[in-house]
Amino acid sequence: MPETIKLDIVTADRLVYSEDVDAIVAPGIEGELGILPHHTTLMTMLQAGELRVRKAGEETAMAISGGFLEVRPDRVVVLADSAEREAEIDLARAEEAKRRAQERLRHPAPGIDMARAEAALHRSVARLKVAEKRRRRRLGA
Amino acid sequence: MADIRQIKRRIKGAQSVAKITRAMEMIATSKMRRAQERGLAGRPYTEKIHQVIADLAATLSETEAVTHPLLQRRPINKIAIVLITPDRGLCGGLIGNINRLTNSFIQEKNIPTSLICVGRKGLDYMRRYGRDIRAEFTWMGDRPGFLDTLPISRIILDDYTNGTIDAVYVAYSRFVSVLAQKPVVEEILPVEPPASSAGLKTDFLYEPDAKSVLSGLLPRFVEIQIYHAILEAIASEQSARMVAMRNATENAGELIDDLTLMYNKARQESITKELLDITGGVEAMSR
Repeated sequence: MPETIKLDIVTADRLVYSEDVDAIVAPGIEGELGILPHHTTLMTMLQAGELRVRKAGEETAMAISGGFLEVRPDRVVVLADSAEREAEIDLARAEEAKRRAQERLRHPAPGIDMARAEAALHRSVARLKVAEKRRRRRLGA
Repeated sequence: MADIRQIKRRIKGAQSVAKITRAMEMIATSKMRRAQERGLAGRPYTEKIHQVIADLAATLSETEAVTHPLLQRRPINKIAIVLITPDRGLCGGLIGNINRLTNSFIQEKNIPTSLICVGRKGLDYMRRYGRDIRAEFTWMGDRPGFLDTLPISRIILDDYTNGTIDAVYVAYSRFVSVLAQKPVVEEILPVEPPASSAGLKTDFLYEPDAKSVLSGLLPRFVEIQIYHAILEAIASEQSARMVAMRNATENAGELIDDLTLMYNKARQESITKELLDITGGVEAMSR
């Protein structure tokens, strides 16, 4: 039997995911990182992006918008600012958020926080990416 | 003799009050249940962030930990209190308790204090006492999301970081049980790192480095504490209201019983009097 690793993904509002998985690919602050069982203990910040989980040959994707990831000897803990499973993503809303963020970045107006607009853009892009992948897979099937 | 019609009107009045209080009790019950659920849903995150910070604090050397601004204890010249109260009344002694406790806390400390009032009842009270109010957040609703509470944390984190205030407390009603809520004032800044439970002394690999991770985590920790205090305050408010309204409904029921007895007595009396009048009249005619 292949080895697995326990993964908990939590946000301030709820426990999003808690299962034994084969592998995790997370958007670390210094680039994507893959985590397999017996990974060394690690603590990293995460950036907005796509977090992929492989379990029994099936891959699940989640859009997360920043947070922290801790690899402990017994488990992996993801403290996400927000996390959505692919099925939960509202495509229209994400699209709209992306458009709005781009607009703000193009025409910087006083009173608009550029860092926040940029973060919003990253978040919406991450959501779209996850949602897009699911759609393509459904069409292909 | 009491006027029959007047008694009848009072019965009707008590009945409609009972109807309203019963409805309010039921609403408070369901809102309380929801608030409790939300509190429970956020618990995994709180547990995990405690654990992560404990791990981090254990691995960081003393000096590194102490130099972080949010952990540093400095001489206290000014403090801030986040006062969390309901927006609405009709919840028994809850509001009075938390306001009085906070006020005497301020008097005891005797240090310049600014207040961040969440909820109208605390705001009104502190205004009457002429306290320095730094910010107010009213009508946040019965189920604020984590994002809704971030502006509150932002203010205290900013004020603390730029040295305007040297310590931050949060005052709220802790939810002990449906029948008991306890007003408390707790210190949240500077952060007291939780003690590491499992002596996990392994060396962690940090990305980008330990300091940045700590700088990212600590504000989160404060934000989550504020969020939780607000959720607990809401659960307390709703359960206090539920109990208060149940008592009100019972009292109205007793009042209705008393009035009904009075009404029946008065009715009987008037019938007896009418009968006496009639028999008196008949006798007079038969003479």
